[in-house]
Amino acid sequence: MNVRRLDGARQERGTRLGLRFVALGYLLVVLLGPLSMVFWRSFDQGAGHLWRSLSDPNTVHAFRMTLIITAIAVPLNTVFGIVCALAIVRRRFPGAGAVNAIVDLPLALSPVVVGLSLFLLYGRTGWFGGYFERHGIQILFATPSMVIATIFISLPFVAREVVPTLREIGDEQEQAAHTLGAGGWATFWRITLPSIRWAVIYGVVLTTARCLGEYGAVAVVSGHIEGRTETATLRVQDAYENFDVPGAYGISLVLAAMSVLVLVAMTLLKPKEEAA
Amino acid sequence: MDRLPASAFALPRVKRRADPGAPLALGFTTAYLSLIVVLPIAALVWASHRTSFRSVVSQPEAIAALKLSLGTAAVVSLVNAVLGTITAWVLVRDDFAGKRLVNAVIDLPFALPTIVAGLTLLALYGPHSPVGIRLAFTRAAIVLALLFVTLPFVVRTVQPVLHELDREAEEAARSLGATEARVFRSIVLPNILPGILSGVALAFARAVGEIGALVLIAGNIPYKTEVASVFVFNHIQSGDQAGAAAVAVVMLAISFALLLSIGGVRFLATRHERA
Repeated sequence: MNVRRLDGARQERGTRLGLRFVALGYLLVVLLGPLSMVFWRSFDQGAGHLWRSLSDPNTVHAFRMTLIITAIAVPLNTVFGIVCALAIVRRRFPGAGAVNAIVDLPLALSPVVVGLSLFLLYGRTGWFGGYFERHGIQILFATPSMVIATIFISLPFVAREVVPTLREIGDEQEQAAHTLGAGGWATFWRITLPSIRWAVIYGVVLTTARCLGEYGAVAVVSGHIEGRTETATLRVQDAYENFDVPGAYGISLVLAAMSVLVLVAMTLLKPKEEAA
Repeated sequence: MDRLPASAFALPRVKRRADPGAPLALGFTTAYLSLIVVLPIAALVWASHRTSFRSVVSQPEAIAALKLSLGTAAVVSLVNAVLGTITAWVLVRDDFAGKRLVNAVIDLPFALPTIVAGLTLLALYGPHSPVGIRLAFTRAAIVLALLFVTLPFVVRTVQPVLHELDREAEEAARSLGATEARVFRSIVLPNILPGILSGVALAFARAVGEIGALVLIAGNIPYKTEVASVFVFNHIQSGDQAGAAAVAVVMLAISFALLLSIGGVRFLATRHERA
C-alpha cells in the first residue's frame, strides 16, 4: 500500500515536471526566444547607431503621430467605455444585446477589414467622401482617418473591464445616495466612479497598448506616406523593407520597452483573485 | 420627478428612477457606436453587395487566401487548446522559481505591437537565424506568428476557472481509485471546457484577422503564403476595392459567427447559475 502510494506520488511528480517542461518550453520557443532577439539585434551595431536611427526626422515624426493618435483615442474611448458600461448594466433598454455585441466586434474583426470599411465610407466614392471633399477636409490618407481607425480598434477595452465590476458592486449604494437626495452627477462622481476606478484604469492601460501597437487598420487608411502619415509601427515595416534593418530593430526596441511598461502596469493593477 | 427621493410608500422596486442623464447616456452610446462601428461596417456590406459577390469570391486567389487563413487558424486554435491549457494548469497548480514572472510575461503579446512580434520572430527564425531554423516565407512561419499573438487567450480564460476549481472533488475521485487521467477527464475538463472553448474562439478570430505579425515574416506569396487579411490589404492598395470588399465580408461573417458561438458557450456555461 505504502509502496503504491509512493509510486503514485512519484508518478504525479513526473507528470508535473513534464507539464512544466512543456509549458515553459512552449513559452521559450514562441515568446521569450524571439523577444530576446530584439534587444540583441538592436544593440548589434552599437548604441551610437541605434541613437542615429532613432533620431531620424521621419522616425521622430512617426512616434509623434503614434502619441497624438493615442492621446485622442484613449480619452474618447474611456468616456465612451464608462458611459456604455453604465448603459448596459444599469438600464435595461431595448437593444442592449445588440449594443453588447457591437462593442465586442472589434475584438473579433480583422484590423484590415476595419480599415477597408473606413476606406469605403470616407473614400472619394464613399458615402461621406464626397461631402468632405467638397468642404476641403482630408480624411483618408491623413490624421483623421488614422484616429478613427484606432478608436474603432481599441473601442471595447474600457467597457469590457467596467461591465463586470459594475455588475459585481450592484446598485445599492447608488440607490442609497439617491434616497439621501444626491443627483445623478453627484452619485456618479462620489459613488460609482470611485468604485469602478481600478477597472477603468486597467481598461485604459489595455486601450493604450492597443493604440500604440495598432498596425493593420492604420496601414490601410493612412496611405503610408513617409514623414506625414506614418506611425511608429508603420515605420518599422518601412525601415525593414528599405533595408534599414538596424533602424527597424531600434524602433521596435522603443515600442517593446513601451509594452513592457504597459505589462508592468497590467501586472500591478490586475485584480488579486486573477493573479495566480 | 427625478428629484423626488424614493419614498417609503413607493411600491417595492419600482422601475429604476428616471434620471436626467439616462437619455443622454443612451444617445451618446448609440451615436458613438453608430459613427465609429456601425456605419463603416454598413458601408462595407453595401460595397460588397453592389459588386457581383460570387464572381469575386470564386476567384482562385481569394479562395486560396481564405482557405489558408482558416487552415492556419484551425491549427493555431488546436495548439492553443492543448498547450494553452497545459500552461494555465502549470501556472495554477505547479510551483517553481520565477512563476510570477512567467505569469506576467503571458500578457506580453497583448501589449506588444504585432509588427514588432513579426520582426522578433524574423530575427530568430528568419534568414539570419542564430539557431539555424529558417522558417521565413513558409506556412510554418505563419503558424508560429499566429501562435505568438494568440498565446494569452486560452491561458487567460482557463486560468481563473482552474484557480476557482474546488480540489476536494478531485481528491475524492483519487481516493476512490481514479487515475490521474480519469480525474482530469471526468472532473477537471468538464469544468474548464467552456473557458477553453471561448479562449479558442477568440484565438481563432484573432488568427483569421491577423496582419501585423505576418507582413514581414510570411512573404505574402499568392496561393502559398498570402492570408486573407493580406489579400484584402493588397487589393485595396492596387485599387480593387470590390475584390477586397468581397473577401472582407466573408471575414466579417466569420467574426460574427465566432462572437455568436462565444455568446452561446457563455450561455450554456452559466445555465446552472441562472436556473
